[in-house]
Amino acid sequence: MWSWVFHRITGVAIFFFLLVHILDTALVRVSPEAYNAVIGTYKNPIMGLGEVALVAAIGLHALNGIRIILIDFWAWGTRHQKLLQWIVIILWIVLLVGFVPRHLINVFSE
Amino acid sequence: MTTSIESPRAARTVRRGGVNWEKWGWIYMRVSGVALVVLIFGHLFVNLMIGDGVKALDFAFVGGKLSNPFWQVWDTLMLWLALIHGANGMRTITNDYAHNRLVGVVVKGAILAATVVLIILGTLVVYTFDPCPAGAPTDLLPTFCTGG
Repeated sequence: MWSWVFHRITGVAIFFFLLVHILDTALVRVSPEAYNAVIGTYKNPIMGLGEVALVAAIGLHALNGIRIILIDFWAWGTRHQKLLQWIVIILWIVLLVGFVPRHLINVFSE
Repeated sequence: MTTSIESPRAARTVRRGGVNWEKWGWIYMRVSGVALVVLIFGHLFVNLMIGDGVKALDFAFVGGKLSNPFWQVWDTLMLWLALIHGANGMRTITNDYAHNRLVGVVVKGAILAATVVLIILGTLVVYTFDPCPAGAPTDLLPTFCTGG
């Protein structure tokens, strides 16, 4: 049940980020100055932490989505859905261990 | 685990013949989902992990990427697949929670409008984008604009 709840919450959050992200990227069509001003806000520490939350949400939604597909199309996956749940959590932690330190060093350096 | 969440459920609709759109929507979510795992993790890796990550993002960086047909196709696929995947998910959630018919129609209309506008806008930006706009300060542009 909780993976269902988190799948919905992360999905909605990612959708709203996507709306904003398409609009900010569209500023490359306006001028270099306009785009750089907005993308500059992505580099401040608070937004840097927001990007950690974003990647965490995308990672969970992606891994849980793959788990749903494996359960839907593969009898083995349906029988072992609990094992798949643990694999999702472990891969999610591995993903964040790889991303978060690297990203925070980039955000907080210089 | 004593917590329980009231299960939201869209009203069951009886369909008489025709195309089973809900089935195709269900298939689309899975097919696009697999593609988006590759597209979005590739996007995040190139933009946030390589080099200086988020600190390296600026007009010159995007100009360099969007001058390359490979990234034009990548970003176009990502734009269409992700927006439609997200919009269909939002539609499902709306069907589950909006019990008032008018509210549901308004919310889904807004989701559809936002999706259509952003797909058109995003596609136009990818294919009409000029990485070397005339009159722009050269230090903000990709190096190939100035022959460096």
